[in-house]
Amino acid sequence: MNEKILEIENLTVSFSGFKAINNLNFSMDAGELRVVIGPNGAGKTTFMDVITGKTKPQEGNVRFKGRNILPYKEHEIACMGIGRKFQTPRVYLKLTPRENLELSCAAQKNVFAALFGKPSGSERRTVNGLLETIGLANKADIPAELLSHGEKQRLEIGMLVAQSPDLLLVDEPVAGLTDEETEAVGNLLLALAESHSIMVIEHDMEFVRQIARKVTVLHQGTVLCEGSMDEVQNDPRVIEVYLGSQDEADH
Amino acid sequence: MVETLEPAVEPRKGVKARKRRAFVMEVAIVAVIALLLLIVIPPLLSALGQGVRVNQLGRYLALAIAALGIDLIWGYTGLLSLGHGIFFALGGYALGMYLQLQLPAGQIPDFFSLYGVSELPAFWQPFYSFPFTLLAIWLIPTLVAAALGYLVFRNRIRGVYFSILTQAALIVFFNFFNGQQKLINGTNGLKTDTSTIFGMQASDPRIQTIFYVLSVLLLVAGYALCRWLTSGRMGRMLVAIRDDEPRVRFSGYNPTGFKVFVFAISAALAGIAGALYTVQSGIITPSSALSTAFSIEMVIWVAVGGRATLVGAIFGTLLVNFAKTLLSEQFPEIWLFFQGALFLAVVTILPNGIIGWLRTDGWFWLKSVLGRDRLSTYPSLETDPEVEYERENSGD
Repeated sequence: MNEKILEIENLTVSFSGFKAINNLNFSMDAGELRVVIGPNGAGKTTFMDVITGKTKPQEGNVRFKGRNILPYKEHEIACMGIGRKFQTPRVYLKLTPRENLELSCAAQKNVFAALFGKPSGSERRTVNGLLETIGLANKADIPAELLSHGEKQRLEIGMLVAQSPDLLLVDEPVAGLTDEETEAVGNLLLALAESHSIMVIEHDMEFVRQIARKVTVLHQGTVLCEGSMDEVQNDPRVIEVYLGSQDEADH
Repeated sequence: MVETLEPAVEPRKGVKARKRRAFVMEVAIVAVIALLLLIVIPPLLSALGQGVRVNQLGRYLALAIAALGIDLIWGYTGLLSLGHGIFFALGGYALGMYLQLQLPAGQIPDFFSLYGVSELPAFWQPFYSFPFTLLAIWLIPTLVAAALGYLVFRNRIRGVYFSILTQAALIVFFNFFNGQQKLINGTNGLKTDTSTIFGMQASDPRIQTIFYVLSVLLLVAGYALCRWLTSGRMGRMLVAIRDDEPRVRFSGYNPTGFKVFVFAISAALAGIAGALYTVQSGIITPSSALSTAFSIEMVIWVAVGGRATLVGAIFGTLLVNFAKTLLSEQFPEIWLFFQGALFLAVVTILPNGIIGWLRTDGWFWLKSVLGRDRLSTYPSLETDPEVEYERENSGD
């Protein structure tokens, strides 16, 4: 139906012999909200590292909007329109939420612009709008180190959106959050999915149920299966490698 | 709660006015201090029979310019350079070479005859020109730093590896300057105090006064430059690079350019400092300007004064150097112990340096001592248990 925003073919990444990603094939439609799950060590974070240019694969192709992105560096890929949110919130603690957002939002990201550029009117409006969206308007001008964990998570999602990417990669956005905060982040992601393609890596099954439309299960560096949450949950292979052990762990 | 939301989104008019007032205030304070240094302090010291201190003050003010550069790259950008002596020496030698060449036509500096050199080495030729020398003092360190920085930062060499690399580069430069008698008088260095400049001997009090005034003015200019660099978007980028460089890449910025830029600026400041220090000391030698100890001392000045404060860099430089002078006059053998103790004390008791401490805890401590304690943080935060928890647990 839609054009593919992300296509990955025969991807292999090995760290001194150990294959973190093994001949992985994956594709995502534009506008899709995809959840990637998998047990520890399945290669989820390495998968994101490859897409954002942090890790270079030994084999395979990664195409974003039909363009091969492997030769590019992290910042170039970020400027092409792939934004990444990290597992632990990584905001600039000494800067205020407003400054964090302005920094991500700036259109010109070179030395000269940082010296002489001023945030344009539209950038300032975007930042103010985002502060409202993520609920930090009344804490906009205090250092981000004073924010709570949940607020930092929301701020980082805001920074991601400020970059106006086409594809958002979100790594475990609800780790360490309370139930209400989890739901708030879920609703935020669902709202963002209206206008962005989003890939979420998550462990929290409740949360996955809240937001998932299509789920990809990774296991030992390859795609184990793909489908709706119900299909995936009833797949015997998935139960064996992931959900089964999850149930045992819960007891 | 809801009422406070609305106006907080757009920075209030009051904030802008307060910022402007703070700016005017700062300009006024800097101007007053500069005028004190220029007009009041030198005659005062002379009247007290401490005329020699004026020259020392001038030299330490020159060193403070280099300390500003260290604060820029270390305090704000998190790059601990242990090789800033290179840039200091390049600036000092550039001016030293110009002064050595103030001779009747056809003569070359005396020391060359010691080593049987009868013709001036080619790289000395441009230093006949005063404008070229003025340019070389800051441009050569800038270019060297930019080249070195580009290679290092592009390859993502960071942290302690960067520090070791700068120290190694310093030793390379030391060996070169120390060993090449036939080119730059090797270990003896270049004397400047017997040369003539503007038709007078460089050690003449009138000339020295000019250098003193120049040191004050260039320190003020350097401070203004660093304040400008660290206040706007550039300053926020530097802090972001310091605190989480990989994250900066994912925000779409290439940190390499920013780091090369700020490293080059700090080298330019060190070069200017080196030139001013050299003419006020009367000599520059590899074993003073290019010793590892000297480059590390620069870092100590900033650590004592307070990183990422700029004022702290200047204050720390003056404090440590005057302490060094006064103590080593009285008890020559204990200065090094004192310096070590000072550094340890700062690292363990005042990790943010003296100015850093004054700006944070010290201010509240002073207030509580004076009995003027009052709540002065964001009120909704003060009552927010989550924030309280974060504060208590964010010390790691």
